[in-house]
Amino acid sequence: MREEPENIVELEHVAAGYPSETVLEDVTFSVRRGEIFILLGGSGCGKSTIMKHLAGLNPVVSGRLAVCGMEWTPRNRAKLCRRIGVMFQSGALFGSMTCLENVLLPLEEFSGLGRTERRLKAESLLSDVGLADAADKMPSEISGGMRKRVAIARAMALDPAVLFLDEPGAGLDPVTSAGLDDLVLRLRAERGTTFVVVSHELESIFKIGDRCAMFDRARRAMVALGAPQELKSGSKDPFVRAFFNRGRTNG
Amino acid sequence: MGFLDSLGRAAAAKVESFSALCSFTGETAAAILLLPFRPRRFRFGDFAMALQRASWDALAVVSGAGVLLGVILAFESATALKMFGAEVYVSDLLAIGIFRELGPLITAIILAGRTSSAFAAEIGTMKAGEEIDALVTMGLKPVRFLVPPRIAATVVAMPVLTVCAELAALFGGAAVLRMMDVPPAVYWDHVKSTTGPWMISYGLLKSALFGFIAGFMGCFCGLKTEPTADGVGKAATAAVVGSIVAVGVADGIIAAVGYLMEG
Repeated sequence: MREEPENIVELEHVAAGYPSETVLEDVTFSVRRGEIFILLGGSGCGKSTIMKHLAGLNPVVSGRLAVCGMEWTPRNRAKLCRRIGVMFQSGALFGSMTCLENVLLPLEEFSGLGRTERRLKAESLLSDVGLADAADKMPSEISGGMRKRVAIARAMALDPAVLFLDEPGAGLDPVTSAGLDDLVLRLRAERGTTFVVVSHELESIFKIGDRCAMFDRARRAMVALGAPQELKSGSKDPFVRAFFNRGRTNG
Repeated sequence: MGFLDSLGRAAAAKVESFSALCSFTGETAAAILLLPFRPRRFRFGDFAMALQRASWDALAVVSGAGVLLGVILAFESATALKMFGAEVYVSDLLAIGIFRELGPLITAIILAGRTSSAFAAEIGTMKAGEEIDALVTMGLKPVRFLVPPRIAATVVAMPVLTVCAELAALFGGAAVLRMMDVPPAVYWDHVKSTTGPWMISYGLLKSALFGFIAGFMGCFCGLKTEPTADGVGKAATAAVVGSIVAVGVADGIIAAVGYLMEG
């Protein structure tokens, strides 16, 4: 087991966005090892942009961002990619591969395991997410919720220190969405994995979130940081109160 | 001011596009050149699937186009040669034109329309569906993962398709000349005497190069797709146009160089 730092994710005075447009300014927070941390806010507030920075897809505009104690530099990229797992909003499974082949891909490329061990591990991961019987199905043959489960299994393949989940409940019915929340809680309990989850679904936030950071598009800033229940009952910010009391804003 | 602004933006976009092309060319060259040292990294499954789509699935349309090409060329050239009572030389003209130039060219245009656009749409859809981002976050290079199998498929498929198109064109020409009372034996004798291994190899090498261009342009346009439904459509169109223009330019250069070398 690798030794991970106490703070798996650290952002210090980060300006998030693109060189041509800054979406959020002066974002500072850290995610502790084993924590389920929620990035929340209304549509277009920049939470998925932060997720892309965390996953190394886009560089931050300014400030310091570190994952597992390392910044996303070309030198660190290969190492960091083995320490993170990402589940995209659509699942992003490869349509030309079966579910099992999707999970096998990172194992084939990076695990160093033999063919039989790789297959056993991929089957075990699919079993962990409750999809042992979907191994030979193509992504087009399974439901949206199942695709997200396969994506989580694929993201878990290399035993990452942190999993980034982009709106896991988006487009799913409440029962399936709750099932994914249960899966996240179970994986954290069994493996100790840290999760950073983009969400704006209150039920899910209260169920799985240890702490959350909340963003406001209008102010282009992080407006709250803390446990969901504390923010709901203790925040004096009208935007935060409105969000927790009435649900989505700006969306 | 508005004009200058749009001119500046257009110029910046062209520079960006050229820079992306250079970067893609370098990454593709590195991916292909490193393959002999890491053969296990070549995705044979993707290659087989792309090869089937590029060759077998295109066989009927390429053969059909070949027959039409032969028929049209035979009719058009016979109209002129008939005035001199030289219809029999239509076969010579057909053989030279088809093997040296038109066989590879017509096949490349069909490949650009079918396969290059399909590559661009497929990779563009992967980009819109965040599959390319998924590769990046796994630490895989999209170019290394996606491009070599597809380019290999078009490089292998093109010469095969070209041979089919050329044979189909010759049979189309033979049918027309048969109607003009030129005996098939005479026709095929003229074809054989006009062509030789060098001419056929020249056409096939050219067709392999055109296959490379079609595969390359399809993958390039796919990877620079804007991740929207509209963007995928634009990428497919850009792949077809880019492939045809690049094939035309390459063909022109080869023809000029060939002429200078022979002269």
